[in-house]
Amino acid sequence: MMTHVHSHEDCRQLLGMLSDYIDGELEARLCEEIEAHLADCENCRIVIDTLRKTVLLYQMPDPPELPEDVELRLFKALDLEPYLRKEPLAEPDEDA
Amino acid sequence: MRIRVTKSLSLASEQEEVVGSNDLDEQALVAALKAGDRAACAVMVKRFSPRIYRVALKLMGDPDEAEEVLQETFISACQHVRDFEGRSSLGTWLYRIATNAGLMRLRRRKLETVSIDDPVELEDGEVAPRQLIDWGWNPEKHALNEELRRVMDEAIAALPETLRATFILRDIEGLSTAETAETLGISESAAKVRLHRARMRLREYLTEYFAAHRASVAERGDHDDARP
Ligand SMILES: [Zn+2]
Repeated sequence: MMTHVHSHEDCRQLLGMLSDYIDGELEARLCEEIEAHLADCENCRIVIDTLRKTVLLYQMPDPPELPEDVELRLFKALDLEPYLRKEPLAEPDEDA
Repeated sequence: MRIRVTKSLSLASEQEEVVGSNDLDEQALVAALKAGDRAACAVMVKRFSPRIYRVALKLMGDPDEAEEVLQETFISACQHVRDFEGRSSLGTWLYRIATNAGLMRLRRRKLETVSIDDPVELEDGEVAPRQLIDWGWNPEKHALNEELRRVMDEAIAALPETLRATFILRDIEGLSTAETAETLGISESAAKVRLHRARMRLREYLTEYFAAHRASVAERGDHDDARP
């Protein structure tokens, strides 16, 4: 039998499970408990919403990938310069 | 002996996005690498260097050091490819080399400056939230601006190294919990605890930013919270 008397202790217990919850890795029974708690706990709703947004933000694409000069120096350091061509990446010339 | 890198192999390098996909092309690549094929080495570098660089950059927080980690990673990978047993994907193996190289540098850097341990972490695996302010900002609706990117990078840099590495691999690079744990040489449950701590700390950091942001928007009487 479960009652949803809201206490600070409930929030503490719930906090440790939030990452599993937003990753969908929490078992159904615990999800239900969390959702019941969220229904009447504004603070936890804010935490879960901002935690989810935090993860989403960092999953948004980060455009600058590998700068060309960094790539060039990498290929040089590996002594692989002949293979550094924009496209297609395949055999070096002398082998064709 | 020289094994030719096939066209399909180089094509795969353009298309492959998922780190964990340990498909036949990867097997062919690994076989060629083990046979000492230089072209295969180039394919590996081309395929994985953007991801490895991104990880190094986030981990080190410094482009020069990130570049050194990047070079170290691939020099080591090309030299030691015979040790690669193929139990994990090639990507995970490279992440492991890069993460170890980066963490080692960070530890050395710390020893050279002040000799103190990682910031004390809460023992029960939680980070108690201090900030309970709703952001009023929606990642689905807005593109990231430069200032927000800078704040996000600052937030990552403020994490203890072990939390930082876990978060980068799991949430930025999209490795599974199992792959993250394997890369870092820790248990899955430890990876989960670290990930949660990292996320909660980042959440706290970003909340401070959005709270200040909202306050300044309110002050200007401006309702556009996307701030170009
Ligand atoms: Zn609560």
